Amino acid sequence: MKQYFTFFRIRFAASLQYRAAAWAGVATQFAWGSMLISLYAAFYRANPADFPMEFSALSSYIWLQQAFLALYSSWFFDRDTLDSITQGTIAYDLCRPVSLYWMWFWKDTATRIARAALRCMPILIFSAFLPAPYGLSLPADGVSFLLFLLTMILALWMANAFTLLIYILCFYTMSPMGLRTLSTTAIEFLSGALIPLPFLPDGFRQFCELLPFASMQNLPFRIYSGDLAGYEAVFFIFLQLFWILCFTLLEQLLLKRALKKVVVQGG
Amino acid sequence: MKLYLKYFSIHLRSAMEYKSSFFMTVLGQFLMSFTGFLSVWFLMDRFHEVEGFTFSEILLCYSVVLLGSSIAECFFRGFDRFPQMIGNGEFDRILTRPRNEIFQVLASKMEFTRIGRFLQALLVICYAIPTSGVIWNAENILTLIFMILGAFGVFSALYILYACFSFFTIEGLEFMNIFTNGGQEFGQYPFSVYGKWILRFFTFVVPLALCQYYPLLALLGREGSVFYRILPLCSLLFFLPVLIFWKFGVKHYKSTGS
Amino acid sequence: MIAVKHVRKTFQVARRDAGFRAAVKTLLHKQYDTVEALKDISFTIDDGEMVGYIGPNGAGKSSTIKILSGILTPDSGECLVNEKTPWKERISHVAQIGVVFGQRSQLWWDVPVIDSFELIRDIYKTPEAVYRKNLDELTQMLQLSQILKTPTRQLSLGQRMRCEIAASLLHDPKVLFLDEPTIGLDAVSKIAVREFIKELNRKKGTTVILTTHDMQDIEALTSRILLIGKGQILLDGSLSQLKETYSDQKQLTVAYSGSAPALCPGMTVSSAQPGQLVLSVDPKVMSISKAISYLSEHAEITDLSVSGASTEEIVVQLYKEFRI
Repeated sequence: MKQYFTFFRIRFAASLQYRAAAWAGVATQFAWGSMLISLYAAFYRANPADFPMEFSALSSYIWLQQAFLALYSSWFFDRDTLDSITQGTIAYDLCRPVSLYWMWFWKDTATRIARAALRCMPILIFSAFLPAPYGLSLPADGVSFLLFLLTMILALWMANAFTLLIYILCFYTMSPMGLRTLSTTAIEFLSGALIPLPFLPDGFRQFCELLPFASMQNLPFRIYSGDLAGYEAVFFIFLQLFWILCFTLLEQLLLKRALKKVVVQGG
Repeated sequence: MKLYLKYFSIHLRSAMEYKSSFFMTVLGQFLMSFTGFLSVWFLMDRFHEVEGFTFSEILLCYSVVLLGSSIAECFFRGFDRFPQMIGNGEFDRILTRPRNEIFQVLASKMEFTRIGRFLQALLVICYAIPTSGVIWNAENILTLIFMILGAFGVFSALYILYACFSFFTIEGLEFMNIFTNGGQEFGQYPFSVYGKWILRFFTFVVPLALCQYYPLLALLGREGSVFYRILPLCSLLFFLPVLIFWKFGVKHYKSTGS
Repeated sequence: MIAVKHVRKTFQVARRDAGFRAAVKTLLHKQYDTVEALKDISFTIDDGEMVGYIGPNGAGKSSTIKILSGILTPDSGECLVNEKTPWKERISHVAQIGVVFGQRSQLWWDVPVIDSFELIRDIYKTPEAVYRKNLDELTQMLQLSQILKTPTRQLSLGQRMRCEIAASLLHDPKVLFLDEPTIGLDAVSKIAVREFIKELNRKKGTTVILTTHDMQDIEALTSRILLIGKGQILLDGSLSQLKETYSDQKQLTVAYSGSAPALCPGMTVSSAQPGQLVLSVDPKVMSISKAISYLSEHAEITDLSVSGASTEEIVVQLYKEFRI
């Protein structure tokens, strides 16, 4: 366990260096969030009856999303890891007495957390001071907040698991670039990063909510504002756990097979 | 120009060396902009109109911006990649060649995979042109062409601007995404949707609204003035400050060498 | 002719110390160090000269080359290359120089070499007749005819370097800058490259400025050396001059059986292993023949060889002497 903590610490410290990037990120996310809220406000004005959530819940959703963008970003792939797979230098990592899977996992977790840690505070604070329906409001209640924290962690796990799946599939594919574009596209849309899932048409929306992608951003941000609560929330948390378990098991299996192939081919 | 065509043919042949990867990426680009289309569709389907624009009218705006930006991405991709060019010394090589620097950066990379986005935009505009209720007389066709040209120009200038900033900071470049990616993403809707201040910003600072909101009003017959129709051409003035900034950036680069 | 007068250049470099705490600290406050890359550089190089520009890493070599090739503007000082100031008249200046960076390619990766050449011809607006003539000459001298139709990515490093050099010479430059042209090449390719550069200089009178860490390049190619260290020109002279000044010591490698011989004044031990000694002998104190006869009297010698200092050793000695 200690070695994984070391991977985590080194990565974390390295990612903290990017100070200018963090400020630029804060500015970008703040502008982005403002634009999105203005857009939804226009839709709200056009037809308030068809608005599927409370407007303040939507605002909270968007600000949380912008604040924690780096935590769940679908286009984050570790360059070193990808290079080691596509160029075959993975052999060096296989010589180390650690599990490849958990090494990747902790490295990526560190980078995601470090990036988000640098960026989230200014955005959360700024947005909390915005006028009522447009800013970040307080969590619905104490239970919601606790469940929010829990699902945030699980969502990070899920996002990581998905990134790892792409790494592992890179062993099998000839076009990692195309694979990444496809996965990013899918996550962006199906996790509620592009538009929150409640805005999708009925039927399609319920389908999307059951998919693993929904566990990433949709779940914690909606629990925070009370848009999902009670038994419904508990159901989706169990679903989230289920998907994490499935992904982890599937990936372990795929990785084992891929590595066997690597060893047979001699790198 | 002849030299540009030479570069063009080299890039095309290079891209064709990796056919399968090329087509995968084209497909990816297509799907990526398709999800953008889906979100516009779903939202418009739910709310029917926004700020007085209907679905087809929004699509007209959406496709103009996407056409302009995808062509700009295809040909001005060299500037998008500029931070790497500085990092790996490619820009030094450019400086040792007896040609204009902007031209060389422009010619250094062409991203033909953007054809995926371009095709999607083309499909959407083909749907929007007959359904938007615009009467397609010569005047309106010309306005539409101006809009696409203008959007292409503004996005191209934004890419050069992005490269300019990379003379000074590599890390901080992310904030340029507000304009490049944001322009693409939010330009899907006429900027008036976002309120007065944002419309002003995209009118006077980054003149993207000149290529969509104002001429769109003219197309839809809501504004009679010819002025609104030639506004997209005015947006090309944006190149002026950008090119001055570029000159300044090159000078800075030459004195710090980093 | 190249004339450099009192050129100075300083850089600002961000400082970061190791460790987690330092990483957090730089988050809040960044510190900059000013580095004087070039303190006061002056030299002239005549047409047709071949000059080796040497110095340890970070001494200011590449800054000088960048200034001469118009990439970098110095803080102060003058510099004329064929009557032109590189950073003021970039385009007309670079039209008459060629630059080879040993570690970076100027050829397009996925297309045949000849296509890259043609593009370079168009970039430099080289007249077709001149291009034809140069291409034929270069193809023949560098033996490129077999590989011109091959995409760059399929070439070996040696083949690629030959093409790189050819690409830099298609427009008949008067001055050629070579930045580590033999780095990473195998012995055969190295020799081929060196032979070619010599031939080029003899035939066309091209001025060649070479930076390298490979002292054999220097030995094979240049008669004049500029040594730079800590941003200053420390030495400007011919290679043979250098050798005379710095290589007065001879080395004796002695293999012996039995006990090691006792030493006498004028000999110092460079390295010692059981059964073998490497001695430096100062000919001013003791002649070589005396040293040999002394050794054979005092030990059972099984093998013995004499050598002068190599260029490599001279350079090491130079660096030591100037503390760079």
